[in-house]
Amino acid sequence: MANLRDIRRRIKSVKNTSQITKAMQLVAAAKMKKAQDQAIAGRDYADRLNQVLVNLKDNISEDDHKLLQTPKGKKELMLVISTDKGLCGGLNTNLLKKVRVEMAEDSDVVTVGRKLRQSLAKTGSKIVSDWKVGDPTQFSEAKSIGAYLTEQFLSGEYSAVKVAFTNFETTLTQTPWVSQLLPVEASTLAEKRAYEGIGKDGEVAEITKDESMLRDYIFEPSPDGVLEALLPLYLNYQVYQMLLEARASEHSARMVAMKSATDNAENMIKDLTLEYNKVRQAAITSELLEITTAMKAME
Amino acid sequence: MALTLDIVTPEKKSFSGEVENVYLPGTEGELGILPGHVPLVTGINPGELRYSVNGQVEELAIGAGFVEVSQEKVTVLTDLAVTDAEIDEAKVEEAMKRAEEALTQIGHSENTEEVAALQGAIAKSMAQLKLKRKRRQI
Repeated sequence: MANLRDIRRRIKSVKNTSQITKAMQLVAAAKMKKAQDQAIAGRDYADRLNQVLVNLKDNISEDDHKLLQTPKGKKELMLVISTDKGLCGGLNTNLLKKVRVEMAEDSDVVTVGRKLRQSLAKTGSKIVSDWKVGDPTQFSEAKSIGAYLTEQFLSGEYSAVKVAFTNFETTLTQTPWVSQLLPVEASTLAEKRAYEGIGKDGEVAEITKDESMLRDYIFEPSPDGVLEALLPLYLNYQVYQMLLEARASEHSARMVAMKSATDNAENMIKDLTLEYNKVRQAAITSELLEITTAMKAME
Repeated sequence: MALTLDIVTPEKKSFSGEVENVYLPGTEGELGILPGHVPLVTGINPGELRYSVNGQVEELAIGAGFVEVSQEKVTVLTDLAVTDAEIDEAKVEEAMKRAEEALTQIGHSENTEEVAALQGAIAKSMAQLKLKRKRRQI
């Protein structure tokens, strides 16, 4: 049986750890609330923007805008949105697994977040640029990332631009997700809404079914003019929304991970305290025994 | 026949409901939309949006964005939509001053994107102030 001092020391160290995880849990919980609200509030706008494009897709042809056409490039460019800090459970690992499955061999990578940048760099993926995103996420940050991706896409080197991020569903579930950003294809428009959550096929179908799709739209001043302004806005908002989803997922995952760490530490303290008391009692008993035997011997 | 108007900003859905008509500042001039309007997509400039419900006219200051019109539905996507009561005049004025200062500082350098963003911010502030002041005069 371990001695008293060792157990006491262990209890103390577990207690310290639990204090840290508890504090992190509280911080994450506060940030989570904000990030979740922001993500959910942004969905409506991103959805509407998506719907406008879905409604329009029969009225626009690929020739209308460069962002609708597939360039001749062979490679793909992938934006991977991970977290800067760890201690958020399996969030980054799951995303990395998904990226491994979805990413073509010779893809170039653009990263947001330190964690997956490191993992991807280790395995030899070519990282062409890295972006920092603050917390809370600003739209202007998404805008510059969107502008960069558009520029890369228009250079003609890539055939497609994809985004890997963690889709926020609930506090307990976040799903890694890969979505095609560019070119904006009619077939991917409905799928784009997937950040709402996988397994919600019903809702996606509903959007594509919109009755107004069949109408001929008037574009003012011209299809080109409208698309020129609408598509970049759409792209930036997609990137923004994905950043928000990733951020909400991060804080949720961290909150849950820290909560379970705190719970585990508390259980451990309970067990250790029990053992400590057992050892203490055993020590007292043996001491009493020694005294009584000594007394008996002296009689 | 009524028109369904949805005004959506990145922060929230500001308005959703049945209206009789909508007037908004399109990039090609002010647009009046009545039920049965032809399907239309166009940009909007920062300015004033008016709609009426049961003959009562309501006004909002809106930012730049888009409007999609189908026969009985109007969807306005904009980065700002506030009512008269929500506008804090001092705050808006300050924001406008800041944007103007920043604009004079960078001058007409090559950073056209930033200039455009600042000009957009100023136009947005102007739209809000205009709505606020108009109400006061009456």
